[in-house]
Amino acid sequence: MTALGILWFALIAILIAGYFVLDGFDLGSGILSPFVAKNDKEKAIVRRAIGPVWDGNEVWLLTAGGALFAAFAPAYATTFSGFYLAIILVLFGLIVRAVSLEYRSHDPKWGKIWDVLFFIGSLLPALLFGVAIGNIYQGIPLDANGDYTGVPLLGLITPFTLVCGLLGLSIFLLQGACWIAQKAPKPSDLQARAAKLRLPLAAVVLVLFAAVTGHALVVTQLDMEPALEVVRWILFALILVAIVVVIVKGKVQSSNDLLPFIAASAIAFLLVALFAASMFPNLVVATAGESITIANAASSDLALTWMTIITCIGLPLVLIYHVIIYRVFRGRITPEDAETY
Amino acid sequence: MDFFSDPVLLSRLQFALTAMYHFIFVPLSIGLGLIVAIFETKYYRSGKPEDASASRFWIKVFTATFALGVATGITMEFSFGTNWADYARFVGDIFGAPLAAEALLAFFLESVFLGVLLFGRNKVGKKFYLVSAWLVWFGSCLSALWIIIANSWMQTPAGAELSADGTAAILTDFFAAAFNATTIPRYLHTVDSLLIMGAFMALAIGAYYLKKGVHKEFAMRTVRVASVIALVTSCLMIVFAHQSAVVVADEQPTKFAMMEGAYEGEAMPLYALGWVDEESQEVITPFAIPGGTSFLASGTFDKEYPGLNDLAESGMYGDAFTKETIDTLPVNTVFQSYHLMVIMFGLIFITAILALIFTYKKGRIASMRWLQNLVIISPLFPFLAIQAGWVTAEIGRQPWVVYPATSSPDGISLATSDAISLSVSSPELVITVVLFTLIYLFLIVGWARIVIQLIKKGPHMDENESLLFGFGKNKNAVEGASAAQGSFTSQPSSSGKDSE
Repeated sequence: MTALGILWFALIAILIAGYFVLDGFDLGSGILSPFVAKNDKEKAIVRRAIGPVWDGNEVWLLTAGGALFAAFAPAYATTFSGFYLAIILVLFGLIVRAVSLEYRSHDPKWGKIWDVLFFIGSLLPALLFGVAIGNIYQGIPLDANGDYTGVPLLGLITPFTLVCGLLGLSIFLLQGACWIAQKAPKPSDLQARAAKLRLPLAAVVLVLFAAVTGHALVVTQLDMEPALEVVRWILFALILVAIVVVIVKGKVQSSNDLLPFIAASAIAFLLVALFAASMFPNLVVATAGESITIANAASSDLALTWMTIITCIGLPLVLIYHVIIYRVFRGRITPEDAETY
Repeated sequence: MDFFSDPVLLSRLQFALTAMYHFIFVPLSIGLGLIVAIFETKYYRSGKPEDASASRFWIKVFTATFALGVATGITMEFSFGTNWADYARFVGDIFGAPLAAEALLAFFLESVFLGVLLFGRNKVGKKFYLVSAWLVWFGSCLSALWIIIANSWMQTPAGAELSADGTAAILTDFFAAAFNATTIPRYLHTVDSLLIMGAFMALAIGAYYLKKGVHKEFAMRTVRVASVIALVTSCLMIVFAHQSAVVVADEQPTKFAMMEGAYEGEAMPLYALGWVDEESQEVITPFAIPGGTSFLASGTFDKEYPGLNDLAESGMYGDAFTKETIDTLPVNTVFQSYHLMVIMFGLIFITAILALIFTYKKGRIASMRWLQNLVIISPLFPFLAIQAGWVTAEIGRQPWVVYPATSSPDGISLATSDAISLSVSSPELVITVVLFTLIYLFLIVGWARIVIQLIKKGPHMDENESLLFGFGKNKNAVEGASAAQGSFTSQPSSSGKDSE
């Protein structure tokens, strides 16, 4: 296990965390749209709230996928082929979601179809990411070539992985509710409905988080390095703090709608960090066959060195782009925004 | 029903489906990206409302197309893992890096500034907006570079050695791998073809308005810009295509032989049309220039190139390519797609010249019905040329997915049949192929509806018109409707049709 291997384990965790923080709120907004937006005008505001940023948010997923391929190809090959049907469902979701989001307002005649596709396309990935993470942690059976040997799709769904999926879904929903609550015009019915969801969603996140961590601690405890044990408890505590912040600050008539959103984003980030700390140094846990680890899956040091150079050039630029776009489109959506852009 | 139980063929079919579909939208969006940037620059300089509406129109057409390109691009990147796991394991040390770099250095740039382009007209300064338009286009060209680096490495691997256990290619030299023998010629060849596609799409829209007698001024502005781009890019294509053919002849002799249906070594003739009889191993053709292809590839008519039988007998390709396996090679497919590409280029060149001449000769294109008709159907030429070109490149590489090119390091090659995901069964593949096909069909109908609607509606001068989430965007329909102004209510259902 080389230092570069460890660095790339951390970088991929950061990319996935970045994806969950950013695309989490726009996937969540897409799922919530039919429930909080009651008419075409409100639906348009939800779409406008994520319109300028969703595409860039999704690139985090592409980058994470590419980085996993480049740094730990065996882990990329095993998970993507092992979770074949699930990944294809995620892809179908992301495809129809992207298209429906862009086409909805051009095409009032197909408005209903695009609305439904936008909802399904947001729901599928939001649910399945958590299921996938649950499987990687719980372990899947592998053969000597590193190929998944279990039952396609159905073999991946166990009570634990399903709860992981629901945890992922509920945190995305919480992020979405917080996002809409701080982007929609205030006061408005849309804003109030989204704000009202923050509290119950945070409670659901808390319950599911307790279930997942409880199960992980009691049943599927992996061998842990003592230092990481400490890190894990710190992350665990921070997640609880962030959930409490959402609960306390997320009351319906909260004067500050940004803080709950930041706290919800922190939950998403910390959850991925906790998952990564719990996995280290494994990338895929095997219930049969050999687990895929940093040591047996990392690319050559030369390849990782070049990847690191590319990242040192690219990542600062990416952060600058994000500062630009979120600054340009900061603040609540005004009626003019929704009409003229 | 062998076909439905062969996971290699099914995986190839699914990849071909996704790649060819993806490459309907990529050329349009990179090509139109340049048109957007040029019109936005015109507006920046002139500040005239008609230039603003022209730019706005192109952004709309561009975005409708870009969305599908992005959506199908994700499938492309993931499919190396989902369907080609053993390929991913073999090439991961090299092939993953350009994909990650593409996302990090190019996709972020494109997507973020596309957000500005779509929603930021009233939020950022004029100069910032103009720079955004160019950055979106620059980002898309940069992403093309990374993906061509990745694909070219599969054609002519370099900068790598076989791992000690022989199961993976390991990077030894980053620049040699990135800028392998075919990277630069193929990049120029590809990007130039995308610009041709965009120019022809713009030309066709302009010609359509001229034919209908609407938006005349916009149409003439469009054909003036697009005809110049079309001819310049077509002239450049002669150079770039020639370079590409030369490296194929040097580096990929089996592909070169398949392109001309050459089973026996000879000075290669040039066929305009033909049919490869794979049984008798002969090309049936009405007309051939002896040594013509040799001349194009080498500069002399009597340079001899080895045929497929010579290459098999040479033993240089081992078991993967023998006298017996030659019968299974799709020689005619490669021959036909290659020649279709060349013929389409002929049509492209002729159309570009005619369009340029009659646009700049007192704008006579405005009244020439036959030329308008030709130009309206002409996007089909680059579309077919591009698709056929990729079929030639990818099927011509068979039976390998990583081709053992002339200059490649020993042992760096991978047969396509050794590259698939062994954990994915044929029934799963049949299901996903069918579902992908249905979704792709549905989405292309959705895309065509939107683009046709946009074109029929044409560029408007309305400063306050929304770009994407148009509420009451259809002026004709809305003017009468009392609910119109800022009401966000859904439009009268007739609005799509009678916008002309």
